[in-house]
Amino acid sequence: MKQTRTIEIVTGFFIILGFVALYVIATSATNIKAYSEGGGYTVTASFTNVGGLKLRAPVTIAGVAVGNVTNVRLDPRTFNAIVSIRINSSYNQIPDDSSASILTSGLLGEQYIGISPGGSETFLKNGSKIQFTQSAIILENLIGQFLFNKASSGSK
Amino acid sequence: MRLLREAYYIILGFLQMLGAAGFFLAQMLRHVPKALMRPRLIFQQVFNVGAMSLVLILIAGLFVGMVMGLQGYNTLSKFAATSALGTLVALSLLRELGPVVTALLFAGRAGTALTSEIGLMRATEQIAGMEMMAVDPVQRIVVPRFLAGVISMPLLVGIFNAVGLLGGYLVGVVLMGVDAGAFWGQIHGTVDLHEDFWTGVIKSVVFGIATTLVAVFEGYYAHPTAEGVSRATTRTVVNSALLVLALDYLLTAFMF
Repeated sequence: MKQTRTIEIVTGFFIILGFVALYVIATSATNIKAYSEGGGYTVTASFTNVGGLKLRAPVTIAGVAVGNVTNVRLDPRTFNAIVSIRINSSYNQIPDDSSASILTSGLLGEQYIGISPGGSETFLKNGSKIQFTQSAIILENLIGQFLFNKASSGSK
Repeated sequence: MRLLREAYYIILGFLQMLGAAGFFLAQMLRHVPKALMRPRLIFQQVFNVGAMSLVLILIAGLFVGMVMGLQGYNTLSKFAATSALGTLVALSLLRELGPVVTALLFAGRAGTALTSEIGLMRATEQIAGMEMMAVDPVQRIVVPRFLAGVISMPLLVGIFNAVGLLGGYLVGVVLMGVDAGAFWGQIHGTVDLHEDFWTGVIKSVVFGIATTLVAVFEGYYAHPTAEGVSRATTRTVVNSALLVLALDYLLTAFMF
C-alpha cells in the first residue's frame, strides 16, 4: 500500500514538473510578449526603404520597447513600404508629429524602429499615420558613396 | 542475381513490417476510448515510462546544455558575438536537440523496457492466458503503455529543454562571463512562440507516438523465446532511433 502511494506521488510530481517546465519555457524563453499584448493601437508609417526590417521587430522610444511591427507591405502606387506598428496601449500619449526611423542595433544587428517624440499637443491614435520617417541606412550605399567621393576628390 | 533477390525480400519484409505496424496502430486507436475509462492503468505506466526516465533526462539535458554553452561560446567569441549565445542554445534545444535527444534516450530507457516486458508476457503465455479469460490484451496491456508514452514524451522534452537552458546559462553566463541580460534578451527577441516552441512540442508528440509504437509493436509480436525477446529489444532501439531521425528531417522540412 505504501509503495503504491510513493509511486503515485512520484508520478504526480513528474507530470507537474513536465507541465511547469513547458510553461516556464513558453513564458520566459520565447517572444510571447509580442503575442500577448492584445490591447494596443495600430499606426502606420511609410518608408522609401525598410532595409531588412522583419515582422515583430521591436519599436522603441528612447530605447524602451513600446510595441512591434505587425505588417510590412508595398504601396502599389507610390512604391513606398507601408509599415504597420502596434503600440502598447499604456503608451497612448505619443505626439502625432513624432518621427519614426529605421535603426540597426550594432553594425550588423537586427533592425528596429525608433520613434523620436515631437512636441504636438495631439496624440497618435488607432489608424493614424506617422508623417515624418527616415528610411533604413543601407550599408552598401554608404560605402559606395564613400568610395565614389574618394575617387572624385582623388582625381582633382 | 542472388543479391537482387535478397534485396527484394528485405524490401518486402520492410513493407510488411510497416503495414503490420500501421494495422497495430489502428487497432490500438480503436481501443483508446475504452482504455481512457481506466486512467489508473495509464498513470501506472506513466510512472514506469516517464517518471523512471526523469533522472536520465535531467542529467542528459544538463550536460547537453553545458556542452552547447561551451562550444557556442568558443565559436561565437571568434566573431565577438557571444551575446548571441542564448539564442544559439535556446533555438538548438527547442527546435532539434530537445525532441531528438530525448526521443533517443526515451527509446533506450523506456522503449526497451516496454518491449521486453510485453515480449516476456508473450513468452510466458500471459497474453494467451488473458485471451482465454476473454480479456483483450491489446486493451489491457498495450494501449495504456502506448498512451503513457505519448503523454510522457512532451513532458520529458519540456524538462530536458528547461534543464538544457539552465546548463547553457551556467556555462555561458556564470562560467564564461557572458552578460546575463544579453543572454535572456536575445532569447526573448528571437525565439518565436509558434515557430520554435510549438513546433518543438509537435515534434515531441510525434516522436512519442513513433518510439512507443515501435516498442509495443516489437514486444507484442516478439518470438516467444528468450532469443526472440532479446532480438525484439534490439530492434526497438535501432528502429526507433532511425525512425526518429528520419521523421525529424521530414517534420523540419515541413514546418520550418
